[in-house]
Amino acid sequence: MEIIIAGFGGQGIMLAGYLLGRAATIYEGKQAVFQESYGPEARGSACKANLKISDEPIDYPIVESADYLIALSKEGYELNEPLLRGPVIYDSSLVPGVKRKGYGIDATGIAESLHNRIVANMVITGFFLGVTKIIKKESFEKAIESGVAKRFVELNKTAFEAGYSEGIINAEK
Amino acid sequence: MLEFINGDVACAEGAIAAGCRFFGGYPITPSTEIAERMALRLPQVGGAFMQMEDELASIMCVLGASWAGKKAMTATSGPGFSLMQESIGLAAMTETPCVIVDVQRAGPSTGLPTLVAQGDVMQSRFGSHGDYRTIVLAPANAQEMYDLTIRAFNLSERFRTPVIVLSDEVCGHITSGVDLREKVDIENRKKPGSSECLPFKADEDLIPPMAVAGEGYRFHVTGLTHNEKGYPVTSAEVQQALVTRLVDKVEKRKGEIVDAEFFMLDDADMCVIAYGSEAGSAKKAVKMAREKGIKAGLLRPKVLWPLGNFEDYVKDMKKVLVVELNSGQFYSDAKCWNRNTKLLGGYGGELHRPDDILKVMEVF
Repeated sequence: MEIIIAGFGGQGIMLAGYLLGRAATIYEGKQAVFQESYGPEARGSACKANLKISDEPIDYPIVESADYLIALSKEGYELNEPLLRGPVIYDSSLVPGVKRKGYGIDATGIAESLHNRIVANMVITGFFLGVTKIIKKESFEKAIESGVAKRFVELNKTAFEAGYSEGIINAEK
Repeated sequence: MLEFINGDVACAEGAIAAGCRFFGGYPITPSTEIAERMALRLPQVGGAFMQMEDELASIMCVLGASWAGKKAMTATSGPGFSLMQESIGLAAMTETPCVIVDVQRAGPSTGLPTLVAQGDVMQSRFGSHGDYRTIVLAPANAQEMYDLTIRAFNLSERFRTPVIVLSDEVCGHITSGVDLREKVDIENRKKPGSSECLPFKADEDLIPPMAVAGEGYRFHVTGLTHNEKGYPVTSAEVQQALVTRLVDKVEKRKGEIVDAEFFMLDDADMCVIAYGSEAGSAKKAVKMAREKGIKAGLLRPKVLWPLGNFEDYVKDMKKVLVVELNSGQFYSDAKCWNRNTKLLGGYGGELHRPDDILKVMEVF
């Protein structure tokens, strides 16, 4: 399974990809490869996290097309939509005009209601897992606990939970 | 313990596990994460990290640390690797154990700083002037960045020679599950047994014991042709004996060094040869070819130099395809094993796609 998470530097795109891979590998015994792709700027330029998850060893690690696209910017959606086979999961406040099959959530708005918009990445990742169930909720929570600095664990888990419960409502049939 | 880390971090963890306690280096993409991780980890285990002013100083302080008794390493990419060549020769001549990691990016010169290539294969073999033999390991993924870095330290200690880990950008930057092993076999350099030390007088295994600075022995270390005590001698006889041994200690014992993966070769009539992260593309292509009824297999050298006796595996194949991200640096040797050998080369920027390799296999 191939997943692309696209947005701007500073939105926590890489953290979301890293934690998905970490959850799959360490807590579910799957194989995962994760590759970062970004410009030279520290913040603000287009970036994406590329992820492959499989039950079998992964020979070729490069993501060329995707089963799922998680889009946190309009540009990220438009650039990667042609590579997409399946649905897009998108932040409805940031990505207007989605025409294809997808699941939208106001991730930034929900993150703001938690008083910290930087956890929109966890909201949308929670939403994604609620919709798709490709990784267990508990596995991702463990990945947050072991993969994020201690003082941010609770905030990230709360944001993840908020997105996940929205995702369950919209779950893929 | 299973960790989800990239190849560069895995390399640093392998070094620590192997007993490395000194890193001297100058950051360069795509190797920088190795330096970053070592800067974090070495102080935790009583080691030292030094960022130097450039790569010339980096490799020299690694040699110094080795003669002070520490297992030492540096990590760089092509441009820095070029700068280090003179002192890699010094390490070979002075028989100084050390590990140099080259996370290859596309060149020549500064090239493509963040994109993959395999253009340093020949440089890793014969990059410094004069005659010597290096040991060059080629990891193919993050797990092997860990395992082969440990092996690099063990080989450098056993053979008293610089060992190069020839990685590449994909191998260094891709994050995956890496088993940080509970138990790691570690080798340490041979020490002098008596009160006298002749640091360049070899035992029967062609390796001299190595005393280190501060142990009370009196000897000399120089890049000039030297006698068993280490003092310069200008003579053809001493040169002949010394360099013969430097070459022989690797070539005559290469059976201990050479290693490769053989995948689906038993009934194959087409052998694909690939190494490093390109081997992942090639393996996928071989599996796809099998589904189409092409009897293909993969030979993946994990040690590039010294060159293994792979001829035995390849000579009876109907077709041999070498896949590498350069203009044929490994192919130049591989084509001698079988008359029907082709090259699928490239100049880097991205890995060969399995589909593209398969297309070449189909029309071979």
